[in-house]
Amino acid sequence: MAVQWKVNPYHKDYYGGGLMMLIGLGAAIQGSTYRVGTLSQMGPGFFPVALGVLLALTGAVIAATAQRGVVLGKDDDKVPEWRGWLCISGAIVAFIVLGRYGGLIPATFAIVFISALGDRQNTIKKALALSAAMVIVCVLVFWWALQLQFPLFRWG
Amino acid sequence: MMIGQSLTDLWHGFGVALELHNLMWSFFGVLIGNLIGVLPGMGALSAISMLLPLTYTMHPIPAILMLAGIFYGSQYGGAIGAILLNLPCHPPHAVTCLDGYPLTKQGKGGTALGITMIASFFAASFGIIVMIFASPLLVSIAFKFGPTEIFSIMLLGLLCGGTMSKGSPLKGVAMTIVGLMIGIVGTDVNSGTARFTFGLIELSDKVELVALALGLFGVTEFLRSVNRMEVVSTGLKVRLRDMRPNKAELKQAFFPMVRGTLIGTLFGAMPGTGPTITTFIAYAFERKISKTPERFGHGAIEGVASPEASSHSKTQVDFIPTMTLGIPGDAVMALILGALLIQGIQPGPQLITEHADLFWGLIASFWIGNVLLVILNVPLIGLWVKLLQVPYRYLYPSALFFIAVGVYSTNSSLFEIGEVLVFGLIGAVFVALDFPVAPILLGYVLGPMVEENFRRALLLSRGDMMVFVEKPISAGFIAICTLLIFAQIFFALRGAWRKRLIPTGEAPANPMPVMEE
Repeated sequence: MAVQWKVNPYHKDYYGGGLMMLIGLGAAIQGSTYRVGTLSQMGPGFFPVALGVLLALTGAVIAATAQRGVVLGKDDDKVPEWRGWLCISGAIVAFIVLGRYGGLIPATFAIVFISALGDRQNTIKKALALSAAMVIVCVLVFWWALQLQFPLFRWG
Repeated sequence: MMIGQSLTDLWHGFGVALELHNLMWSFFGVLIGNLIGVLPGMGALSAISMLLPLTYTMHPIPAILMLAGIFYGSQYGGAIGAILLNLPCHPPHAVTCLDGYPLTKQGKGGTALGITMIASFFAASFGIIVMIFASPLLVSIAFKFGPTEIFSIMLLGLLCGGTMSKGSPLKGVAMTIVGLMIGIVGTDVNSGTARFTFGLIELSDKVELVALALGLFGVTEFLRSVNRMEVVSTGLKVRLRDMRPNKAELKQAFFPMVRGTLIGTLFGAMPGTGPTITTFIAYAFERKISKTPERFGHGAIEGVASPEASSHSKTQVDFIPTMTLGIPGDAVMALILGALLIQGIQPGPQLITEHADLFWGLIASFWIGNVLLVILNVPLIGLWVKLLQVPYRYLYPSALFFIAVGVYSTNSSLFEIGEVLVFGLIGAVFVALDFPVAPILLGYVLGPMVEENFRRALLLSRGDMMVFVEKPISAGFIAICTLLIFAQIFFALRGAWRKRLIPTGEAPANPMPVMEE
């Protein structure tokens, strides 16, 4: 049987509160490595530490007041869209890498093509057609008309 | 006397806004905003953040006129999707779906759009008039503000923004703090210390506003909607003559429109109250006072007129605290404030005197822009209907490309595209845990100002925290903050207590529709 990914809202508040406590404590600890100073002569560390402590406290209250029987939202019974997430994230990474080592045209093609594959209804053919269309738009609008400082191709 | 001065300034403002160059950008903003607003899954926030990079190289006046145009253009575009296809692309319009879509099913979608257009124009005009008279008044008070007062009012703005948007107030506050932290990232102006940069040299110059906004409102949205957004393509056709409401319908919609406008104006004046809550309250109020509340949800024209009017008057009035105090009411205003700061213009009481042409030009352009919007939508409605049916599977990959190129164009930096991805993923995790992401942007934009004024206020008072309650104006703001916190605790406790009375498993009857993004 497939793993159930249902997160019940009761737990959501636990995770959420815990996450806030984690971020808050992390920020407070990192902030305390800068000079904290006094109230009348604040150092660069004062504000980060204060915010970190405040966030950790808020997180603690969120977790402590997590309530049972919260009405389920519309997305709560759905499995996370791993394919979509992977393709969208991968597409952005591909744009950065290809933008650095390949140029604007390969990068544009990659970001549209890879992200389009994240949708289950898109076929390879449709994705190819869409990416080709966007490459044309990109060259005409951004490179030619708006003079974007980004070479169409570059090596290494 | 002050009113006379305002009218003279406004006359001058019309001169500025009607300059061909400025008019062109305003028109462009309205058109693009309307276009992006119509597209499924895109709202005012994504529209503004996508076009923000374009304004970096522009002169401040056309830049701000264009951004404002995008804002109300996309807002109007969102209503089209809500009414014709039941798509609440932009959360404030979720409530418009409730009665707008049933009207469409009855074949009266055109009328609903027509009423929306009239309501928007009426409400916007009212909001503009309020803005003309209230701004100079507010400015004369704001000139008395020192760092202490500024900190207190910013605290109030942040608190309102965090607690009054939607969902759990505590989560909103947590997100505001996260936003303030993101605002810290970079080099501290006072000491030169690099804070929260994780050793990355690219982060020493702060997190890029465009990258943050596009991550939170672009990529996060795609991650949430991919494979979930279903666009129903019906053989929908709206003709021009369908859009003209008849006399009875106009009569029916008139007073709801006026009430919606007043509600929007009231909420616009309060910092931090989001547009979504405004439209929901306008709708709930209209249903409550109606003699036939059972018609609501089945195509009551009042249920379209009132919330749409409220959202448009709020939009206009929202500009008052943003421009005169430098305190944005919500995430959209935070973006516009960010754009002003990038242009080197510090919003605040001195803005109206120092940049009179910008301020009054903006006000005049609101009117011109709203006229343009009406003129534009009459012939283009057919095109919008077609655009509405663009499948999401083609839309988001293209939008992702526009985001990447847009962010790159701000500073020619690929690193910032990475920031977009990181914030997009963070945002998606937050949203999955039921945290609202809009307060992050508010915190980010206000963060540096909050810290600076806090430091200065305590430097002047030699570290005495009491200064915030000793100065009368500041004490007033702090008192409102305290009141707000206690009210929230009271409502939370009462809610918990009521829940205990009702046997578990039965949710208490909800008087208002559930709000969700």
